[in-house]
Amino acid sequence: MAGSIPASATAEAVLATAPLPRRSVSLWAEAWRRFKRHRLAVLGLAVLILMIAMVAFGPMLWRVQINDIDFSARLNTPTPAHPFGTDDLGQDILARMLYGGRISLAVGLSAMLMAMLVGVTIGAVAGISRGVVDGALMWLTNLFLALPQLPLLLILIYLFRDSLKGAFGPEVGVFVLVVLVIGGFGWMSVARLVRAQFFSLREKEFVEAARALGASVPRQVVRHILPNSLGPVIVAGTINVAAAIIAESTLSFLGLGFPPDIPTWGRILFDSKEYLDIAPHWALFPGTAIFLAVLCINFVGDGLRDALDPRRVL
Amino acid sequence: MGPYLLRRLLTVLPAVLGISVVLFTVLALAPGDPFAEMALNPNVPPEVQENLRKQFGLDDPVWQRYFRWLFAMLQGDWGFSFISRVNVDTLIWQRLPVTLAVIGASQVLALLIALPVGIYSAARPYSWFDRIASTLAFIGFSLPTFFTGLLLILLFSIKLDWLPFVYRADLSATGWEWWSQQLKQSIMPITVLGLFQAAGWTRYVRSATLDVIRLDYVTTARSKGLKERAVILKHVARNAMIPVVTLVALTMPQIFGGAVITEQIFRVPGIGSLLIDAIQRNDTPVVMAVTFVSACLVILFNLIADILYGWLDPRISYR
Amino acid sequence: MQEEVLRALVEDVRTGREDRRAFVARLAALGISAPLASLLLASAGVAQTQPAPYKPTRRGGGGPLKLLFWQGPTLLNPHFGIGAKDQEGAALFYEPLARYDPDGNLVPVLAAEIPSRPNGGIAADGRSTTWKLKKGVRWHDGRVFTADDVVFNFNYATDVATAATTFAQYEGIAAATRIDAETVRFEFQKPTPLWHRSAAVALVPKHLFEAFGGTRSRDSPTNLRPVGTGPYRFVEFKPGDLLRGEINRDYHAANRPHFDTVELKGGGDATSAARAVLQTGEYDFAWNLQVEDEVLTRMEASRKGRVVACPSGDVEVIQVNHADPWVEVDGERSSPKSRHPILSDGAVREALTLLLDRKSIQGFVYGRAGVATPNFLNNPARLNSPNIKDEFSIERANAVLDAAGWKRGADGVRAKDGRKLKLLFQTSINSVRQKVQNIYKQSCAKAGVEVELKGVTAAVFFSSDLANPDTYGKFLADLQMYAVAGRPPDPAVFMQWFVSWQATGKANKWQGVNRGRWRNDDYDRLFRASEVELDPVKRTALLIAMNDLICREHAIIPVVYRPSMYGLARQLVAPLSGWDSALSSIAEWYAEA
Repeated sequence: MAGSIPASATAEAVLATAPLPRRSVSLWAEAWRRFKRHRLAVLGLAVLILMIAMVAFGPMLWRVQINDIDFSARLNTPTPAHPFGTDDLGQDILARMLYGGRISLAVGLSAMLMAMLVGVTIGAVAGISRGVVDGALMWLTNLFLALPQLPLLLILIYLFRDSLKGAFGPEVGVFVLVVLVIGGFGWMSVARLVRAQFFSLREKEFVEAARALGASVPRQVVRHILPNSLGPVIVAGTINVAAAIIAESTLSFLGLGFPPDIPTWGRILFDSKEYLDIAPHWALFPGTAIFLAVLCINFVGDGLRDALDPRRVL
Repeated sequence: MGPYLLRRLLTVLPAVLGISVVLFTVLALAPGDPFAEMALNPNVPPEVQENLRKQFGLDDPVWQRYFRWLFAMLQGDWGFSFISRVNVDTLIWQRLPVTLAVIGASQVLALLIALPVGIYSAARPYSWFDRIASTLAFIGFSLPTFFTGLLLILLFSIKLDWLPFVYRADLSATGWEWWSQQLKQSIMPITVLGLFQAAGWTRYVRSATLDVIRLDYVTTARSKGLKERAVILKHVARNAMIPVVTLVALTMPQIFGGAVITEQIFRVPGIGSLLIDAIQRNDTPVVMAVTFVSACLVILFNLIADILYGWLDPRISYR
Repeated sequence: MQEEVLRALVEDVRTGREDRRAFVARLAALGISAPLASLLLASAGVAQTQPAPYKPTRRGGGGPLKLLFWQGPTLLNPHFGIGAKDQEGAALFYEPLARYDPDGNLVPVLAAEIPSRPNGGIAADGRSTTWKLKKGVRWHDGRVFTADDVVFNFNYATDVATAATTFAQYEGIAAATRIDAETVRFEFQKPTPLWHRSAAVALVPKHLFEAFGGTRSRDSPTNLRPVGTGPYRFVEFKPGDLLRGEINRDYHAANRPHFDTVELKGGGDATSAARAVLQTGEYDFAWNLQVEDEVLTRMEASRKGRVVACPSGDVEVIQVNHADPWVEVDGERSSPKSRHPILSDGAVREALTLLLDRKSIQGFVYGRAGVATPNFLNNPARLNSPNIKDEFSIERANAVLDAAGWKRGADGVRAKDGRKLKLLFQTSINSVRQKVQNIYKQSCAKAGVEVELKGVTAAVFFSSDLANPDTYGKFLADLQMYAVAGRPPDPAVFMQWFVSWQATGKANKWQGVNRGRWRNDDYDRLFRASEVELDPVKRTALLIAMNDLICREHAIIPVVYRPSMYGLARQLVAPLSGWDSALSSIAEWYAEA
């Protein structure tokens, strides 16, 4: 037998004196360790957490009201009293951004997560199965792609707004509705991308090897194929966050989301567009905030992909 | 492949019909009224409105209206607009050339930018080029099109006065003059939309290329002594195309009815603005016709994409 | 104001002791619109002021005229127009018997003169009017315009099967008869002061439309290829996008029109339309600029164009719901049978009126586009009405509410008998309206009134969809804000908003116009009286009394009156009227070199 004869006298001696400790490392601990090594990812995560903290606790520290109308201080550039300046009704932009940021970030992140989850699930199931299941899921995807969003939105809001408000309370009800609606229109591209990745990945050797070892289909998908198909998913995630934040403001223009006096970032951006040549500071801050959020998500995503990539051995 | 193709083609017809049923039901249930503005007008008594509703069959049950629409469609009659009483296919034909010229051109522009920039970024990850390109891409898709469109208008039309910003579909000049005017008025909408798309696509191309470029066979190709260019173009690009094909197939149907905001800002009379106008006025026949064509395009392009996967990656099998 | 005083004033103008403009101004101060004042004078036979001179001395030569309408016309038959924009498109090609000038006076177009009592146009018993038509008018295809066409238009529009939107403008007319080729007589069911309503309807040719009456009305090919009597001939039409016309060389007025071609482009939004005229000069005219005045003023700085504000009868109001939207009565909410628990308290309504800061709204939001007014009937702000005052006072509002027993709770919101002073305020989505809502909410908060804001997309808000809860007809809120369209220049049409039999509810499928569901017997009595009153002086006195009643009772809270805002290129001269469509006077437009 191959293993019973020691390779050399020294090998056995080494083996006898210092048994190597066997550390069992879970996938997630390993992934976190690798993530930490990715400097930009850690920076992105830190800034994101900072932004979330600011919008969560900021309004308690910066006490200026969001709709304090002050006609004598309209369209002011940043001053100590108004660090981000004021808009055309004299309202403080910093206060509005902190307050609206809660909704923008919450909606942006939740809608993106929802779209990712639904899209990855549907794409994975369609990609690994064939025939009828794939056909049915693709029909569903095509349907959602073809649906005209505005009439559908009007119907959904009209049908579900009151029941959701009753179940969750007015604000949370609207929040749930908005996230469902935006996420509901964002998952299709993710599904198709994941499915395409699955088509090519499932024929690869390492998957065949896993199959030969007896891995069940779900295990093949989750442990082997999915981690390798995350590339487009990450990119879709970053794009979806920006799109979700803007989509929320589009909903409020149509009267379908939050009330028009809630200053979400997309809304501030829209309100400021006609004053671009007079008061560019008004648009600068929400635009930068959205850009920063996107940037952070992107770096976190890059870090995640590197961390979960099974082919990297660092 | 053959049987697969055949099977897919057979499912196209029921798929299209199924989608048309859902579309029609959604539109029938949507709140809103094609004669809404009449209600605002004190001159119009309610009987007139009721008469109109009856004339257009708006009070009939949904399934009845659906079958009426279906049979008319099968005979080539796409119906006519409630609002303007013009045939829907006339309306669409009027706007199709402009749509292709502006929106179609912007997709081509997006592709022409995204492919080289994305591949080059992936070939030299985290270099200066990559960092600048990525940052520009992030800015590109963080800012909505209404914003960038307005920025361009403020800069090029108002401050510099180089370009007109209202698109005119009926330029009266001929020859070179026509081309020059057409270029001047199209360049801003094409750029706004093209850059917005390119921003997202660049990231996808970069990510897909990065996935491929680390694989062993690329190292093998390089070690064989092939020039970097050949390695990239012959070995890497083709395999990285799968997500790109998916994306292009997803966005092609949007030419027909997407790009609403850009069309609004520059007043491009494309199908997107036709659709949004019809939706806001509850002009159901127009909305139904446009979304139906759009649905057919979605199904068609996704089928083409599925076939292309097999060509791009021969290992993909269709059992 | 007493009718004797009115009569004396009219007589003064007629004999020349009182200046016409001063008379109009005095009546405006009492809430009487300029056109009504002018009609008062016209019926007494006072000559009208001369219009501004038309300078060009030959037809054509002005080059292209480019118009930008951010809502493009979608059809070209004036009888089917849904909303103002469709009438604008038709106005290029079709003409009415008479149109309204900027002061609200009737100006003859296809008529030879305006009927009045002295010239015998209005019969002594008030039951008929006789119109003499202009000679030598031809349709674009060469046929002669005659009285038969006028009679045809009446029959066409009043046939319910045609479903014409101009139906109501012929209301009250029993018959239209041709007297001879150039004379038409309209007979009324009963004598009415609104005899001129049908004059502004643009006329279509009988010989092309008579085959398409009734249910076939929308099949006529002429609907999309207009043949009219107007200054421009039809060239091309792409619905919602583009409309083109060229000069009519056989137009019936000398030296008109000035421009050789006209192009009307639709789409986009109002702000960019303003930019196209005022900043880049790509277009000569922009319609209906619902944009913040500050933005407009800044655009005018480039001196390529100017903004013109035309007085009109449009008034933006906050409607008070006098029924209860939160309780169901007989299966409907906001039922005319219910009373609003909070808003039926006159003190609350008075406080709400005091909390409206009209000056700031005018100053910082509307600017020229909205002139603060406490009156429901049109009123320029520079003339202070002796009857109704525009007052903004948070202290007084607080005092009124305190006196009425509304005590502040721990959270700062007032309450009485266990009911909180909390109101839902809805309006259509429109950045200007949202700003007004914000301003009002803040003022109310300072008086302990909690206001929740809601915006509904315009297409839904203004629809008459029976199933939708967000329409302004259903009014499932406590307050709502929108603009009343002020045409024609006679307020009788929208004074109907306060009569009890028009109360909106399930019974009339929410089509009634009294959306506030207000009920007041005195008002009903006054209205009935004004319907049959032929003497314009008496009638004016009645209308003033009605305006005072609704404003004093705070049945409604007027915000600003809204002149029509247009953008014009610097060299364009156009007598625009807020009482008619913008293009109704297009034959008179010219460009100064």
